Amino acid sequence: MPAKLRAPGWYRAGLFTALGIAFAYLLVGVVRSAMHFPNAWDDGDAITIVALIGAPLFFLVGLGCFDYWFYWVSGRPTRPEDHSSHGATSWKDYFRVNTDHKVIGVQYVCTSFFFLFVGGLLAMLMRAELAQPGMQFVSSQQFNGLFSVHAALLIFLFVIPVFAGLANFVIPLMIGAPDMAFPRLNALSFWMLPIAGLMMVGSFLAPGGSFATGWTAYAPLSTEVPLGQLFFTIGVQFAGASSIATALNFLVTIITMRAPGMSFFRMPLLVWANFSTSLLVVIATPFVAASQFFVLLDYALGFNFFDAFVGAGKNGSVLMYQHVFWFYSHPAVYIMMLPGFGIISEIISVKARKPIFGYRMMAFSLIAIVVLGFTVWAHHMFVSGMQNWIRIPMMITTAIIAVPTGIKIFSWLATLWRGVLHLDTPMLFALGFLTTFTLGGISGVMLAMIPFDIHVSDTYFIVAHIHYVLFGGSLFTIFAGVYYWFPKMTGRMYDERLGKLHFWATFVFFNLTFAPMHVIGVQGMPRRVADYAEQFAGMNLAISIMSFILGLSMLVFLYNIVVSWRLGPRAAANPWRALTLEWQVSSPPPIFNFDAVPTVVGGPYEYGIPGAVHGIFESPAEAKPTPAGSVATAPTTE
Amino acid sequence: MRRHPIIQMVVIGAIASAIGIVLALWINWFPADAAKQDQPIDTLYDVLMIVSIPIFVLVMTVILYSVWAFRMRPGQENEDGPPVHGNTRLEVFWTAIPAILLVSLCSYAYAVLNDIETKHDNELVVKVQAVQFAWTFSYPQADGRAVVSSQLYLPKDQPVRFDIQSEDVLHDFWVPAFRVKIDAVPGMTTRLRVTPTKLGSYPVVCAELCGLGHSVMRSTAHVLTPAAFNRWLASKQAPAPAAGGGGGEARQLSQAQLVALGRATFTGDGGCGACHTLADAGTSGTTGPDLDRVLTGQSEDELRTDIVDPNARIASGYAANIMPPNFGQTLSGQQLDGLVAYLATVSK
Repeated sequence: MPAKLRAPGWYRAGLFTALGIAFAYLLVGVVRSAMHFPNAWDDGDAITIVALIGAPLFFLVGLGCFDYWFYWVSGRPTRPEDHSSHGATSWKDYFRVNTDHKVIGVQYVCTSFFFLFVGGLLAMLMRAELAQPGMQFVSSQQFNGLFSVHAALLIFLFVIPVFAGLANFVIPLMIGAPDMAFPRLNALSFWMLPIAGLMMVGSFLAPGGSFATGWTAYAPLSTEVPLGQLFFTIGVQFAGASSIATALNFLVTIITMRAPGMSFFRMPLLVWANFSTSLLVVIATPFVAASQFFVLLDYALGFNFFDAFVGAGKNGSVLMYQHVFWFYSHPAVYIMMLPGFGIISEIISVKARKPIFGYRMMAFSLIAIVVLGFTVWAHHMFVSGMQNWIRIPMMITTAIIAVPTGIKIFSWLATLWRGVLHLDTPMLFALGFLTTFTLGGISGVMLAMIPFDIHVSDTYFIVAHIHYVLFGGSLFTIFAGVYYWFPKMTGRMYDERLGKLHFWATFVFFNLTFAPMHVIGVQGMPRRVADYAEQFAGMNLAISIMSFILGLSMLVFLYNIVVSWRLGPRAAANPWRALTLEWQVSSPPPIFNFDAVPTVVGGPYEYGIPGAVHGIFESPAEAKPTPAGSVATAPTTE
Repeated sequence: MRRHPIIQMVVIGAIASAIGIVLALWINWFPADAAKQDQPIDTLYDVLMIVSIPIFVLVMTVILYSVWAFRMRPGQENEDGPPVHGNTRLEVFWTAIPAILLVSLCSYAYAVLNDIETKHDNELVVKVQAVQFAWTFSYPQADGRAVVSSQLYLPKDQPVRFDIQSEDVLHDFWVPAFRVKIDAVPGMTTRLRVTPTKLGSYPVVCAELCGLGHSVMRSTAHVLTPAAFNRWLASKQAPAPAAGGGGGEARQLSQAQLVALGRATFTGDGGCGACHTLADAGTSGTTGPDLDRVLTGQSEDELRTDIVDPNARIASGYAANIMPPNFGQTLSGQQLDGLVAYLATVSK
């Protein structure tokens, strides 16, 4: 075998993927022959389903994600301190299995933004169809596919992983660690992500079209539609596994790898936020995996979990799917929001030049949201036909979860008060976030009120609400974070004028696109429809036009980032005069983050106190020389 | 100017809140108000607006005032704000007040919920059957038979209980003018209570994604005077035995009348045109096969089978179980004859 096919990399990955498909074909054929099924060797659906599960695993092995562990398991010599796959010197290093948390962070962010643009384009196609009543550009199947893939991509391939990517880059730097606790697991987590994304986008090529049952994939509809559904069912498993592994990695990193002196109450709030988020991910994500395994088993092997057709004498439980699904998917909205809270805390404190107001309450309110987040899931099911009384406790917990969220909003406002506000792009997005997220929070409390929810659930009011919290909420914090850490991640400065143009265009047209959706929702327009009553025509046309301009505003961002990354002026180590540790090293940081282990001596936000520092470094003379790429900086053993 | 910033902000905030509340109460947010359930829900919405607007205005006032008063001015590049770390009394205040407010709102919402879901002794029971992608409403009668209709007819001021079932996947029975909805769940019977209070016709909407035809799964709810409702019920009871054969009709329709009736059925509310394209009828639905293409050369018997038993033959490129299988029950014998005659005419 040529050396290229034996070494980890893309050639071997291609070969192994082909082997994976062949394996799926053989497995299905042999098993079906043994069971004396007709057409044992040419059942396309069965082969595709097995290949969807098997081929990605073969691909990951081929790419080299498992090499170290396989060597270890088979008793061959391994070097735990082997850093040959660490760091990046050319663009090619971003396309291989890389164990450097900074490279993985950039890989995550770029992959996620790729899927943001794909998902956004799908939304543009949807708005084109919805500009007029009746059917113009796409069929019903294609339209249902558009909104399903749009939501699935933006939730599972954008918001959740982009936060994991930003945190991957920033968290080890913030806590003074040389890398994540499990760098090889970190690399594996990342490489599962493009697989999930390509599977979901690739579903458009499946016979019968893409999955078209919404991102919620409610059974029993999802168990009796064409094959495309399984591209979602199985894709979610890879995205979910990636999420769980990363969250475990964060938890262990944050608990065990903090620099000396970095007590829990000296951690920046972004670290607190990702600690809370990781708790949510580790506990909740197995539930969405379970819900999709139900669908897979029901669909592929006829387990009949959900087969409850009237009169057929079946007693599957349709409501069970919804309970299991929402037991993940409600905490998931906090998975998609808490890291954003962390980003906003960093930015508002630095840009207002003041300590965060009520630091401990900010940390406790994150934990309160984690706990309460698990007690509200059935508010998605007020009209589902479940037992009536369950709605009452769910209404109360749903309303009460607004209290810790309110604490955070008021504390940010108090942090602004009497500060020295630097109104640059990250700060504008942070303030824009406060505005839109307050609106999204208010409509959330309205939706908690059962009688109002009964009228507006499954309408455009819900569409407006989730876009106010996920676009006006999460995406605004993501933009703020990307601009804020852009100098650290790339070593270049972005263009401030284009950044402000991007903010204003996005902020204005975001509101013009999504605010009217509240109105048509209350008036009675259901969601997930390709065609609608004539009375909503005017509003929908206006919404479509605004959404196209909103889409164009994203091109300003894309241009700014691409051009600045290549040609922007070099960034200083600490352009924002921030105190947290990631700004105390060069931009971009050295390969093992810190030439000397930092010692944390104070809080992370001591702005306004002359001479205050968060961490100190040993003088370079005392620090051990660490030639890049040879030996790791010894992890601290405090 | 900066001596009393808090007082200025309170005054500006109060004015902005007042304007916001007046606007919110003045705008007519909801669709037609056609049931006893509407008023409590609409009032709850108004109360939520009255509570929410000042909170939003508070947040906005602080942000805008901070941006205006505390923005960095030239020369302040290296200055910091005062090192204030918190204020326990303030933090307790903004934890307790929202909590009290939210619990009060929940109590009020609970009262509204009890109000709109009250049981009545003299309820009219209507069975709602949901199937991809059509509604069937049946009215159980004393003699054990049921009056079946594809449109919903209700007497005014009569409490109604809907018993809702689904034959295939999840659907959701919603009349926006009544403000209430509930899922139709396979394997379960869900219930919904409404007392219509206003004469008129209102859309019935499926609100839960149920497949390709979800956006055309519509019907109409007609609220009639009790007398008119009873007349409708009686008229539906009388010709019921004739519905199957069509032989016992009061008078035979001419071929031209049949074709006209068929065309009206095709293009009518919830008719074939919602899903099918047919140039003659001027419809452009894309859920089902394009009838301009697939009908050519079909016999009348084949057409009839295609309507009453749609899964018997499936046009290539389309899946089974998309077209509702219950047109044999929801269409009258004359309507069915008319449709067959009309389709046979246009496909020649």
